[in-house]
Amino acid sequence: MSERAGVKKIDLLITGVGGQGAILASDIIGKAAVVSGIPIRAAETHGMAQRGGSVVNHIRLGSDFGSMIPKKGADIMLALEPMEAVRYLDFLKDGGVIIVNTQPIIPVTVTSGMAKYPDVQEILDTLSEKYIVKAFNADDLAYEAGSRLAMNVAMVGAVSGYLPVPKESLLESVKALVPQKTIEINVRAFEMGRRKVEES
Amino acid sequence: MTTREYMLGNVAIARGLLEGGVQLAAGYPGTPSSEIIDTLASREGRDYYIEWSVNEKVAMEVAVGAAWAGVRSVVTMKHVGLNVAADPFMTLAYAGTKGGLIAIVADDPSCHSSQNEQDTRRYAQFALVPCFDPSTPQEAKDMIPYAFEFSEKFEIPVIFRPTTRISHGKSDIELGGIPTDKPEPNFEKLLDRWVMLPKNARPRHTHLLSIQKAMEDALAESPWNSLELKPDAKLGVIGAGIASVYAKEALEELGLEASFLKIGTYPVPKKLILEMLETVNAVLIFEELEPIVEEQVKLIAQEAGLPVTVMGKAGSFVPREGELDISAFLEALKKAFDLDVEPETGSISLELAPRPPALCAGCSHRATFYSMKKVFGKDAIYPSDIGCYTLGIQSGTVETTLCMGSSISIASGLYHAGEKRPICCSIGDSTFFHTGMNSLLNAVFNKANITVTILDNRITAMTGHQPNPGVGYTITGEPTVEVSLAELCRAMGTGSVAVVDPYNLEETQEAFKAAKDFEGTAVVIAKQPCVISGKRAGIKRIPYVVDPEKCEGCKQCVKFGCPAIEFDEENKRAVITALCSGCGVCAQICKFDAIREVKR
Ligand code: SF4
Ligand code: SF4
Repeated sequence: MSERAGVKKIDLLITGVGGQGAILASDIIGKAAVVSGIPIRAAETHGMAQRGGSVVNHIRLGSDFGSMIPKKGADIMLALEPMEAVRYLDFLKDGGVIIVNTQPIIPVTVTSGMAKYPDVQEILDTLSEKYIVKAFNADDLAYEAGSRLAMNVAMVGAVSGYLPVPKESLLESVKALVPQKTIEINVRAFEMGRRKVEES
Repeated sequence: MTTREYMLGNVAIARGLLEGGVQLAAGYPGTPSSEIIDTLASREGRDYYIEWSVNEKVAMEVAVGAAWAGVRSVVTMKHVGLNVAADPFMTLAYAGTKGGLIAIVADDPSCHSSQNEQDTRRYAQFALVPCFDPSTPQEAKDMIPYAFEFSEKFEIPVIFRPTTRISHGKSDIELGGIPTDKPEPNFEKLLDRWVMLPKNARPRHTHLLSIQKAMEDALAESPWNSLELKPDAKLGVIGAGIASVYAKEALEELGLEASFLKIGTYPVPKKLILEMLETVNAVLIFEELEPIVEEQVKLIAQEAGLPVTVMGKAGSFVPREGELDISAFLEALKKAFDLDVEPETGSISLELAPRPPALCAGCSHRATFYSMKKVFGKDAIYPSDIGCYTLGIQSGTVETTLCMGSSISIASGLYHAGEKRPICCSIGDSTFFHTGMNSLLNAVFNKANITVTILDNRITAMTGHQPNPGVGYTITGEPTVEVSLAELCRAMGTGSVAVVDPYNLEETQEAFKAAKDFEGTAVVIAKQPCVISGKRAGIKRIPYVVDPEKCEGCKQCVKFGCPAIEFDEENKRAVITALCSGCGVCAQICKFDAIREVKR
């Protein structure tokens, strides 16, 4: 019913912080899905939360329904920031896959002493109890590829192996959506991210 | 072959307007509606007129002019914007239109970026005007040409009400053709329609009431309402707008035998509702916000004498506030029919730091608030308004936020009530042009002794950087008059007007001191472009660094709250990150001269 044209249905959640490029990451996947003839529904955070707030994007591949993933419905979570991985765990299936960037972004509530940032290792350990965790520092990886700004694309590369969308289509939409001058860096970041998860 | 494109809901709505042959579009920015006008504006080879108006009422009236000239027009806003535009809109329902007129009013269940959750469908009922309630971005796009035709057929304005998840949802959208043949405008002088004297208004009210049934019947036949009767089902589910998609998905997952009615238009399709009520014992109604369908269903059941149990918001099966989702539907099913659906708990307990949105690094509002607080102190009262600067609540200078344009009038009210404490209110440039001007005029006229700060960042930032009358260009980038806020305030009779650069703390604080001492209404205009639009316009500033040798770890700069400044607990030093946009304000705050520009 919820599958169309034999496409596997995958619900993916992208979490992160406003300004990290979560929307571009989901656009890359969305555009590639359309090119590959896969129905896609997505929901994203705009407005208030963009100013450095917590953001979450829902992506439903192969779905004809609404854009919101039900609680405990997501197969995969792509977390661009470690604390934001934990914030939206409600949406992830038990035993689901989390691909997480280990580079924290400290919120103003912490710098101003109102709250504490949890220990990153502790976050990863707790996550591993219930889910399949693939963790690495995607900021550093993107830096190696040529620019820290390519972090979001490195993360798309990292999740690409799990998606029902061909790698070529994803790369095509990376090229179509990132600034002209940065195509090479972004393609490299994508490949490095993909390899990182394949090897782990 | 059909063309499919991956689109944001608002982009799909804009596409629907093109496919419907729109000839004039006006709006006032407001999340989640803004991208509709932005999308139409960025299209090459436009054959329609487009503008950002100064407020929703004005935008509505501009669209009415076009519709009375016989062409298709649209006005866009968010739910609370219709409050501002309600005055012309209610009477427009009587007068009606010639060309199709669609009022797109985006609702925001759950207040993702709004000050309340009002349900625009109530306005449709109130005005006796039809309302289209799409359930997906695809449907939203497809509904628009239909809505134009409907509006023209009945010569009545229609409301189109997307919600946040439609406006900001994305999906693959099947595109239709765009017409190139459009009618020439031709204003017919129908005085008994366009002049709402009592003598004309009375028969128009009768007319409006008389077409309700015909509109309802036409809508019932439309593709936006659909009934699936299951022969043996004793249980019915009615879903409205986007909530219908959640209900449908959950029903399919559960494989539950239930008849299903999807509602996408108002007045509701009585025929279809009746058909369902005749076959089931109980119905569960799933709709966001107000129980509008539910009330109608109860009426219909009672009039027809059908003993059906109607469950929804009444009896708390479905919450009356916030956004609905699949879990809410499962919860409602469970409560209503004692169904066994598994509970959804069990996430991980780790103490997380909240991550509220904040003013950008280098945002001039933060600097203005800093100076304001320095001069006016803890004891003063700080009414504020709606825009990015509302995020400055951490600065302790945002103490009221009611609706657009209200800060100055609230400040006046506080003063005239006899408050002895100093009062310093703040309002953005766009918000001032929206409805703040009236309030300033009133404050000056009635001699309120207050300070009004206009946070002039040269743009409407919060909603995505739309131009306003202060910036000197229109939505299409055409140069236009650049209205001077200072001249405007002076023209209203304001006795003390100062324009300052908020990045210069000393200058700004001097101006605030003078304003505080001034007897009467004083205006301080803090002028500095928004860092985001400034960057886009090519403003480059040199970033700052903390000299670790000189930093004493006093945290004064950290307390300023710029997201680019962090504190290194290990070395007890402040550090400036790559987020720094080079405003230089922290350097002025540091007592030890430890912050300076990066050396080239
Ligand atoms: S978008 Fe502009 S106005 Fe808004 S917080 Fe950022 S810098 Fe300030
Ligand atoms: S100069 Fe200081 S206050 Fe301004 S953006 Fe950079 S770190 Fe923030």
